[in-house]
Amino acid sequence: MSAIPNGAAAPPFATHSIRLSLNGQDRQLDVLPWTTLLDLLREQLDLVGSKKGCDHGQCGACTVLRDGKRVNACLTLAVMCDGAELTTVEGLADGDVLHPMQQAFIKHDAFQCGYCTPGQICSAVGLANEGRAHDTAQIQELMSGNLCRCGAYSNIRDAIEEALPACRAKGGEQ
Amino acid sequence: MNPFQYSKPADVHEAVHLSSAASRFIAGGTNLLDLMKENLTRPEHLIDITGLPLREVKETASGGVMIGALVSNADLAWHPLIEQRYPLLSQAILAGASPQLRNMASTGGNLLQRTRCYYFYDASVPCNKREPGSGCPARDGLNRIHAILGASTHCVATHPSDMCVALAALEAIVHVQGRDGARTIVFADFHRLPGDAPERDNQLADDELITAVELPAAGFAEYSHYLKIRDRASYAFALVSVAAALDLSGPAIREARLALGGVAHKPWRDNAVEQWLEGRAATHETFCAAADMLLQKAEPLEHNAFKVKLAREAIVRALSDAARGGQAR
Repeated sequence: MSAIPNGAAAPPFATHSIRLSLNGQDRQLDVLPWTTLLDLLREQLDLVGSKKGCDHGQCGACTVLRDGKRVNACLTLAVMCDGAELTTVEGLADGDVLHPMQQAFIKHDAFQCGYCTPGQICSAVGLANEGRAHDTAQIQELMSGNLCRCGAYSNIRDAIEEALPACRAKGGEQ
Repeated sequence: MNPFQYSKPADVHEAVHLSSAASRFIAGGTNLLDLMKENLTRPEHLIDITGLPLREVKETASGGVMIGALVSNADLAWHPLIEQRYPLLSQAILAGASPQLRNMASTGGNLLQRTRCYYFYDASVPCNKREPGSGCPARDGLNRIHAILGASTHCVATHPSDMCVALAALEAIVHVQGRDGARTIVFADFHRLPGDAPERDNQLADDELITAVELPAAGFAEYSHYLKIRDRASYAFALVSVAAALDLSGPAIREARLALGGVAHKPWRDNAVEQWLEGRAATHETFCAAADMLLQKAEPLEHNAFKVKLAREAIVRALSDAARGGQAR
């Protein structure tokens, strides 16, 4: 998708220069208009934590934080991220110190195969930033955009429930 | 996804002058990019409208609220003015999509979502909405999720939005800007029934951009309820949804609004039923009679007859919950 189509000798389509903050680092990048943020992260920047599960906004495995809000990177054009502040799962930890949400996922064994986990964790941090989940039912409803085909939902829910106060105390750093 | 040109205009005037039949405006992109990945839409030019100054939610002189077209679904659902004065709209928005998609999707874009009919999404089969005149495999195919009201021989698709069902009930007004000027479209006229031109979902011209959605003053905050029935508890499109809003004087209904989602090519309203409700007592019997009246016109297909019964029960429950002061009370 991000590649120049086969047989296109000199594409008439210009690349666009964008500047953004990615996991705390300022970046200047040249992107083709049809490159998604997910493809930019995975194919061009080697940030492969965000996963391409469905590529249609249905599974949440590509969830990243844009200006603190969770979004599907697969349905975001990279060219439209000019000026954005992006955080992927690779940017959550503070050096060797894991983010409270990451710690809670380990403590509660909130994964089996781990494929959906980066999206789950980014989504859960976004959930904390939103401040709208006050009980178990609200956590479940507001995490419905992240599928886990292993079915680790109960542990994911427990991890998030435990980590929410610590994330709120962190005060929307991400 | 096909290659395309990209531009990002700074004002509405520039945006509409850049537009053509081969271009699309993009804001949240949650539906458009999905359609492009499926090669169902192949625009030559995307016009990024996220730099336009259309992000305000503000009160109008007439006591209503003007919502900028770029306000995200999440910001709108959780806006204090909407939560307090138009809880029906907040409920409907939060019943749709996922938190990620609601953070991305815009107010204007929500109106322009295309159907999730699986034949429309499958480019290997005919579809009158995708390729006019090619046929409709849904009519005699698997049509469990399809329309029971207002369909045509050409198309039995349903409109997917929850937000629009509430906007229909609230009689919102859509503000649009074209090259030749601005105009407003009342919500009931914005979306189309399929008729013999199902490729057209709405009344917008190619050069027209939605700039705002206006809510009239009447928000029915005391007595309203949005009920959505779907195949799983969250993050699924409606089989049937109901936006019910009442203005009550004691037990008597002064005004009633009733809009259905998941049953037609557009949010479905029946003015005759709403008028019949006015002046009657807000009782179970009244609501059952109203539901039966509305569904007299239903024409179910092979697999969706269950929707008629489901819609009847959903209408009665939504009106009953609205009369009790909404689900939260």
